[in-house]
Amino acid sequence: MVTMAKTDIIIHDKKDNVGVIVVEKVAKGQDCGCWIMENDASNNIKSEAEIPLGHKIALQDFKEGDTIIKYGHDIGKVVKSIKKGDHVHVHNVKTKKW
Amino acid sequence: MVKMEIPKSFLGYKRENGRAGTRNHVIILPVDDISNACAEAVSNNIKGTIALPHSYGRLQFGADLELHFRTMIGTGKNPNVAAVIVIGIEPKWTKRIVDAIAKTGKPVEGFSIEGVGDIDTIAKVSKKAQEFSMWASEKQREECPISDLWISVKCGESDTTSGLASNPTVGNLMDKLEPLGVHLCFGETSELTGAENICAKRGKTKEAQDKFMKTWSSYNDFILKEATNDLSESQPTAGNIAGGLTTIEEKAFGNFQKIGSREFIDVLEPAEEPSKGKGLYFMDTSSAAAECVTLQAAGGFNIHLFPTGQGNIIGNPIEPVIKLTANPLTAKTMSEHIDLDVSKILSREMNLDQAGDELIKATLKVANGRLTCAEALGHKEFVMTKLYRSA
Repeated sequence: MVTMAKTDIIIHDKKDNVGVIVVEKVAKGQDCGCWIMENDASNNIKSEAEIPLGHKIALQDFKEGDTIIKYGHDIGKVVKSIKKGDHVHVHNVKTKKW
Repeated sequence: MVKMEIPKSFLGYKRENGRAGTRNHVIILPVDDISNACAEAVSNNIKGTIALPHSYGRLQFGADLELHFRTMIGTGKNPNVAAVIVIGIEPKWTKRIVDAIAKTGKPVEGFSIEGVGDIDTIAKVSKKAQEFSMWASEKQREECPISDLWISVKCGESDTTSGLASNPTVGNLMDKLEPLGVHLCFGETSELTGAENICAKRGKTKEAQDKFMKTWSSYNDFILKEATNDLSESQPTAGNIAGGLTTIEEKAFGNFQKIGSREFIDVLEPAEEPSKGKGLYFMDTSSAAAECVTLQAAGGFNIHLFPTGQGNIIGNPIEPVIKLTANPLTAKTMSEHIDLDVSKILSREMNLDQAGDELIKATLKVANGRLTCAEALGHKEFVMTKLYRSA
């Protein structure tokens, strides 16, 4: 059985630039534990917003036009700049389809 | 850690054509919308039968009519069905369905209402339905090889926990069961948008890859033609967005986790029965849960795995639908709908290998006869897919 420090955020692939909150929520300013599934690595990030379960956190700064990578793949474009630690969702990211 | 030994058999109902069922239903199948009342009256009269009302079957034509017949016939042929009564307004289409189902060797009888009326038809059909129900009640479960399982998958009300944990749990099960000779099926053409090129590469042959891209492109052309601006109201859905999914691409890569590391051997038309032997198939389906599962059941699949994030509650009248979630809130707030809770993957108290084993155990329990949550709650969504408007 796996045991380790508390994981607040799971990252699928080491190439990903966003992570997913896996606890009920993280608070603004919280020091969050991250786990990268692909290589079983761990690190930390400070949250810049309250983010609920299942929602994404930016692992780096983004500017308009940048690409969000999750599962190691392109999942959409940034339409409003995002700071590292901020909430990433429909208000700042859009599909590249349609 | 000791590896779980996967059981080599389950207790199923052996059918005349060599297939095995996980259920033993006697169905009353209306050919068309106006025969629903008759079918439902018969199922009220005769215990142990189930009516499958639906909205279509009149004035359809071309590929849309063929899909209607394929869905009707496939539903009757499904090994979870012991015997079938077909009721239509007129005899010709009714007979076409009866004759095709009869090829399986199972008891099937057709009735038409025109020139007789509902009341006398109900009386006549009820007598036959009683005979079928009592005959089917004598069937016993027998030991069947695990390769008799035809497992379909579809996810719904997905959120990011689906792509992180519940879909990969299904993928883990596929990786473990495919070598044992089971048939597997995934669909959801629209929800692979954004991951279509990666998905196409999972085709085992060039032919399967090209067939997939042709199917996906034809869907995408249709969307581009019909959509008023984009699909952002429907894909992702409001439930998906509440759960943290931002774009169709993100949803697609999450969806795609359900097939693990498998390759698909062929691409099926909606409701088409696989013909290339054991292994994984892609079926061209809508991503609406009830439509998709209805098509997969009509393709002959006899047990269904349904990962959900925010809590889809779907069931099917003939194919048991097993639900799993990795969302701890859904597992808590909607527990009566969840057959397997794998939320411990997110807290890292459970790994994917363990979750896959738990899902295999849950699947076999249901294959052996345990009711799913959806069955216990009476979910019987039977929804025909319609390709275009009728004549």
